[in-house]
Amino acid sequence: MNLLEIKNLKMDFGKNSEALRAIDGISFAIGAGETVCLVGESGCGKSVTALSIAKLVPTPPANYVGGEILLNGRDVLKMSSRELREIRGGVVSYIFQEPGASLNPVFRIGNQIKESLKLHRPEKANDAEVIRLLKLVGIPAPESRIRNYPFEMSGGMQQRVMIAMALASEPKLLVADEPTTALDVTIQAQILDLLRDLKQRLGMAILLITHNLGIVGDMADRVAVMYAGQIVELAPAKELLRKPFHPYTRALMNSVPKLQGNAERLSAIPGNVPRIGNFPKGCRFYPRCPSAKPECENQMPELVEIEPNRWVRCSYAKELRNVP
Amino acid sequence: METAVPISITEPRMSLSPWQLFWQRLKRRKIAMAGGIILIFLYFIALFAGFFAPYRYDRIDKNGFFHSPVWPRLEHFHFVVARSEQTSGNFIYRENWNDTKPLHFFIRGDEYKLFGFISTSVHLFGTGDDNYPVYLIGADQFGRDVFSRILYGAQISLSIGIVGILLSFSFGMIIGGISGYFAGATDAFIMRLCELIMSVPALYLIISLRGTFPPDLSSSKVYAMIVVILSFIGWASMARVIRGMALSLRQQQFVLAARSLGQSHLRIIARHVLPNTFSYVIVAATLSVPYYILGEVVLSFLGVGIQEPQASWGNMLTAAENTEYLQSFPWLLAPSAAIFITVLAFNFLGDGLRDAADTKS
Repeated sequence: MNLLEIKNLKMDFGKNSEALRAIDGISFAIGAGETVCLVGESGCGKSVTALSIAKLVPTPPANYVGGEILLNGRDVLKMSSRELREIRGGVVSYIFQEPGASLNPVFRIGNQIKESLKLHRPEKANDAEVIRLLKLVGIPAPESRIRNYPFEMSGGMQQRVMIAMALASEPKLLVADEPTTALDVTIQAQILDLLRDLKQRLGMAILLITHNLGIVGDMADRVAVMYAGQIVELAPAKELLRKPFHPYTRALMNSVPKLQGNAERLSAIPGNVPRIGNFPKGCRFYPRCPSAKPECENQMPELVEIEPNRWVRCSYAKELRNVP
Repeated sequence: METAVPISITEPRMSLSPWQLFWQRLKRRKIAMAGGIILIFLYFIALFAGFFAPYRYDRIDKNGFFHSPVWPRLEHFHFVVARSEQTSGNFIYRENWNDTKPLHFFIRGDEYKLFGFISTSVHLFGTGDDNYPVYLIGADQFGRDVFSRILYGAQISLSIGIVGILLSFSFGMIIGGISGYFAGATDAFIMRLCELIMSVPALYLIISLRGTFPPDLSSSKVYAMIVVILSFIGWASMARVIRGMALSLRQQQFVLAARSLGQSHLRIIARHVLPNTFSYVIVAATLSVPYYILGEVVLSFLGVGIQEPQASWGNMLTAAENTEYLQSFPWLLAPSAAIFITVLAFNFLGDGLRDAADTKS
């Protein structure tokens, strides 16, 4: 059994005639100890999908209209608020984009970590355990650091504290929502190293959300590429990076600057992600797709497995896959 | 347990809590500190009013109606007090400095209860003889020492502000916090309720609420009633401000982070939303105390507050509403000076707290 299995999840913002479909039939799974990357442009529904795992998207305005989110085999969407509080932190923990904003400015970091311990491992809610956690995430001199306030730490340190908080409850799945976007490049690498290291030591699964394809190869076992509320490509990370099938994935990869070769003009994907509620009738990438055919305009492609473990949502994936 | 690679080797410096930083900034503001020191002094005096006052608040001197202020004099390194003699029937008093008595310190006098339960009769100063009175600010129409009554009145007038603030602010914070955090329909309902209360003119509300209580209440019940009435009016505006802050705080990522750790709504309100409003609340509380003090003054002045013979600054001023009295016996206005100093001190302190809380300054 997979640790997490999302089946055909559909979520609207707003109700009835004003409802806007933000997530439209997302399905993927994460096995125990596996790292899955969720990649896509801003506004394609990555974060909302991630928050849905612990039903953290506020309802209203959000509205789950279909699908299942099976965490350890139980449907999160059907849980009572008490059960939800138990799985939040207990099974799935989160770290967010801006570590500074994720910590309460008026409490010492030691107390904030202890708060997490009190909720899920009350017998361990003591300074020694907090110090052990801070050591685990590589914070020097944790004995004195526990009395620091968040504003006294650098962004990288704050993110380490957030990770310590998330790990305090010993989750099975760590959801990292763009954990390094707000940090500078050297700190980014350190935080990613830390996550990889912790994953190996603690054996937890990680769902890493990013719009940076550069870190996918380093971190992920599998990758799900999202576009406009749908998964357009789902594949093992190495294969996807070696040979992307979906035109959108290809476009994304072309817009990553390369270190070798001649400095060409960096290619960008023309246009923007269509706004929610304004999606094209057929393939949602059709207006921006370089290989679009007239039929794409009206015909919504399905996510199909065109090679073992390689799922693509494109009617012409098979024909296009050999095009360089 | 082996550790991951540390990213920095700098030793963390001594860390100051936000409160310590706040205190450091406050210390630099001299006027605010002066206000604070005056208030500490006033509250200290009020706490030991029975000891500092030479007489009880209800001690009547039949030979001293409207007695003018008399101060002790320094003679031969001793303070002495003159014998007081009434000249004619017109409340004009003469001090006979040929017949004096020494002023004693820590002298036994009227019985009183310290903190309301320790029975004692030691006073800071006095003569121990009614014919040699020490009326530092004169006496009122019943021959009661105005100075002593101001000290006793301070107990009521100064504490009513603090108790009122505690009541209305805690209520306002909880209601406002819930309203802003949950938003939506809960918020709309609570806010309409607040507007309802705020739309009633305060004075009419006070008087009509007073009307719902029986007229002959004991002074402690009247005290509780005043606090309840003033808090009932005061919580709504507090709730509105806190609600506004909670509305923006609920969008903060640390609230989402707390939810993602499985904290309950009420715990998030108590631990994450309300503590982030404290710097505002402390400033607002300090600046609001004068309204409660003045509220008590208004109620007592109108005769629906603290009843005679109990002393409060408000009901002492009732004696000063007669202009003839005022012309002849201006010391009856002394409680207004006490009110003035207290209100000013609270405002100075409040302004300083606001500047200190504003980290951008």
